[in-house]
Amino acid sequence: MFEILKIRKNQGHQAIPDVTKAEIRRPFRGFPSLDGSKCGRCGVCREVCPVGAISAKPLSIDLGKCVFCGDCERLCPEKSIVFTNFHKIASTSREYLIVDGSKTADEYQDGAVEARKEIKRIFGSSLKLRQVSAAGCNGCEWELNACGNPNFDMGRFGIDIVASPRHADGILITGPISANMAPALEDAYMCTPDPKIVVLAGSCAISGGVFQGSPALNREFLGRRKIDLYIPGCPVHPLTVVNGILRFIK
Amino acid sequence: MKWINTKNNRPVRIKDVPEMGMDELRSQIIRRCREGRRVVSFFGMPKGQSTAIYAVLADDDASRLYISSGLMGKDRRYQSITPEAPRFHIFERELFEDTGILPEGHPWLKGVRFGHDRADRESTMERYPFFTMKGEEVHEVAVGPVHAGVIEPGHFRFMCQGEDVHHLEIQLGYQHRGVEDLMIRNYRRSGIHLAESIAGDTVIGHATAYADAMEALAGTEISRRAQSVRAIALEMERAAIHIGDLGAIANDVAYLLGNAVFGVTRTLVINTLLALCGSRFGRGLVREGGVVFDFTPDLIKEFREKLNKVYRDTELMAEEMFESASVLSRLDNTGVVDAEAARNIGLVGPAGRASGFSLDVRADHPFGIYRFYPIHKRTMNSGDVFARAYMRYIEIKQSIDFILEQFESIADDRPLMQPLKKHVPDSLVVSMTEGWRGEIVHCAVTGKKGGIVKYKIKDPSLQNWYGLAYAVRNNGISDFPLCNKSFNLSYCGNDL
Ligand code: SF4
Repeated sequence: MFEILKIRKNQGHQAIPDVTKAEIRRPFRGFPSLDGSKCGRCGVCREVCPVGAISAKPLSIDLGKCVFCGDCERLCPEKSIVFTNFHKIASTSREYLIVDGSKTADEYQDGAVEARKEIKRIFGSSLKLRQVSAAGCNGCEWELNACGNPNFDMGRFGIDIVASPRHADGILITGPISANMAPALEDAYMCTPDPKIVVLAGSCAISGGVFQGSPALNREFLGRRKIDLYIPGCPVHPLTVVNGILRFIK
Repeated sequence: MKWINTKNNRPVRIKDVPEMGMDELRSQIIRRCREGRRVVSFFGMPKGQSTAIYAVLADDDASRLYISSGLMGKDRRYQSITPEAPRFHIFERELFEDTGILPEGHPWLKGVRFGHDRADRESTMERYPFFTMKGEEVHEVAVGPVHAGVIEPGHFRFMCQGEDVHHLEIQLGYQHRGVEDLMIRNYRRSGIHLAESIAGDTVIGHATAYADAMEALAGTEISRRAQSVRAIALEMERAAIHIGDLGAIANDVAYLLGNAVFGVTRTLVINTLLALCGSRFGRGLVREGGVVFDFTPDLIKEFREKLNKVYRDTELMAEEMFESASVLSRLDNTGVVDAEAARNIGLVGPAGRASGFSLDVRADHPFGIYRFYPIHKRTMNSGDVFARAYMRYIEIKQSIDFILEQFESIADDRPLMQPLKKHVPDSLVVSMTEGWRGEIVHCAVTGKKGGIVKYKIKDPSLQNWYGLAYAVRNNGISDFPLCNKSFNLSYCGNDL
């Protein structure tokens, strides 16, 4: 008994008091700050990028593809790509994830999540999601689990991951969607009652990530469904997830 | 010479690998396995009109690897090795699925991952030949592929008599992404990134295996400092997952304090790793030729402080948890894999060590800095959930001790990263590391011009999934989650 009290006392209070204000320390790689005017067009970044996320004219990075490996930043001789530690990068629009340096991180965040009245009305105080890992490597899965741990504790906002799609308001997908998992993903979606949303977490779910182009994938599901929220990362950081969802529903 | 003898990360020329008929290779393998050698890799490669089968056996006490090959006859079948050397069971299944070469008399010849490039397209997941039982008291429980929690997909089929599990069959393949195939096609651009994603909870373990293989083929020895950074990250990865799993085990026995405390302790470990490399999972740190991030004196100081706290917090919580009668009553004698079964199945990593099977690549086939700072192998005997949980606790402390000692002795040599020379052509290298789940094996083969023509990956899960199925036999079905967590295997690592 005394040992347990000692442990409790030693732990103190662990929850992040305000997740909307929390920062992730450097060298975390979040929103990239791009300066096309410095770019000497050597092409090194595009050569080393494992996922083809970088375009040249204008210099831009697709955060839906990027795995935040940092190789382009390290090898760019002109320092025209610099990753900031800004993590609130989720967006309701796929195109919006392509950043070209014309916006600061704050400006990016302001326009990233489109506020929809009906979403706020229906899901504003409670959002239950069914997570489907469709060939996710267990990186995003660990981070989604962390969203519910004592540090991030997204349950305090009424956001939970539930055991059955029948109890859910939507599907939260991780992984590049393997052909072997595609039918089960479709089943889980069909079992979720309307109205429902679809959220993609991680570069694999959004674009296939490092697995894009693999003949073992079947991403047709995404073509058939409206995607409501994109959460970039490799893996997604819990603060990106929690803030992205909060912006979307609150 | 029937075998060529080499070591972890020491390439051999393909033409120097002895070649014989498949029957002869089979009897060679059986003989060597009786002498105590152990299979670590087994795969086929096209050779002329036929297929050559490569077998890699380990002599763990001597830190040696033995490689030989057998040329397949026209009938594309041979007498199965499994009945004589049971550890081959999963390797022969894999070979059969990949190439269609039939091991005649294999007792359990079923699909492993249903890859897109499997030999027999008629063998589908829908048609999986589940083992069935009949009888009035027998019932089946089917779980997955989508599970209740946030975990990867897989299908479990329990054959129960009342509450007791008589047999569990685990059907995998849902996670197949075609990694080995992508590796060959894209390794120049994204090899290391693919390696980091083979199993996203074992980023450093697989990335190191890949990088070691590439460096060995290029004949590059990376700096001591870079080797230390890799090993420190590998031990951080091990400690973080083990702590997280102790929390998950606590959760499964409704010991919620343990779940909460281990959860935040794990956070501290991975946030500390982020301070080094920007990723809580160590992504972006290991690259071919070294590592990208370095320890500054300030960072070493911070790591020391944080890890000492992690050590204390873990010890405080674990000592309390492993004293608790209500916890022990669930862990003791649950999910037992005895030593003989562990050897026969070929369990690796902490799961094997918990059953008294003392294998650890860091000690047996040391790589990188472990060649100079060896790890002491630890084992337990009871082979139950308790042993698999307690083993994790032992290893957390061992990992933190190792890291703290590295900080005392970390070399100051440079560069941290060096460019790789061209790969030696027509060669084969076996690269092994000890991930937190156990033995990781990557085999890379180069062609005429030095490009990678074959890449074979073995995650420890490939062998250990069968151990989980065995562990739940004759246990109550309600103890399955507990057994499962004590192994915590990778679906992606199996499905590739
Ligand atoms: S950080 Fe992103 S854009 Fe840059 S190389 Fe890596 S994946 Fe490509």
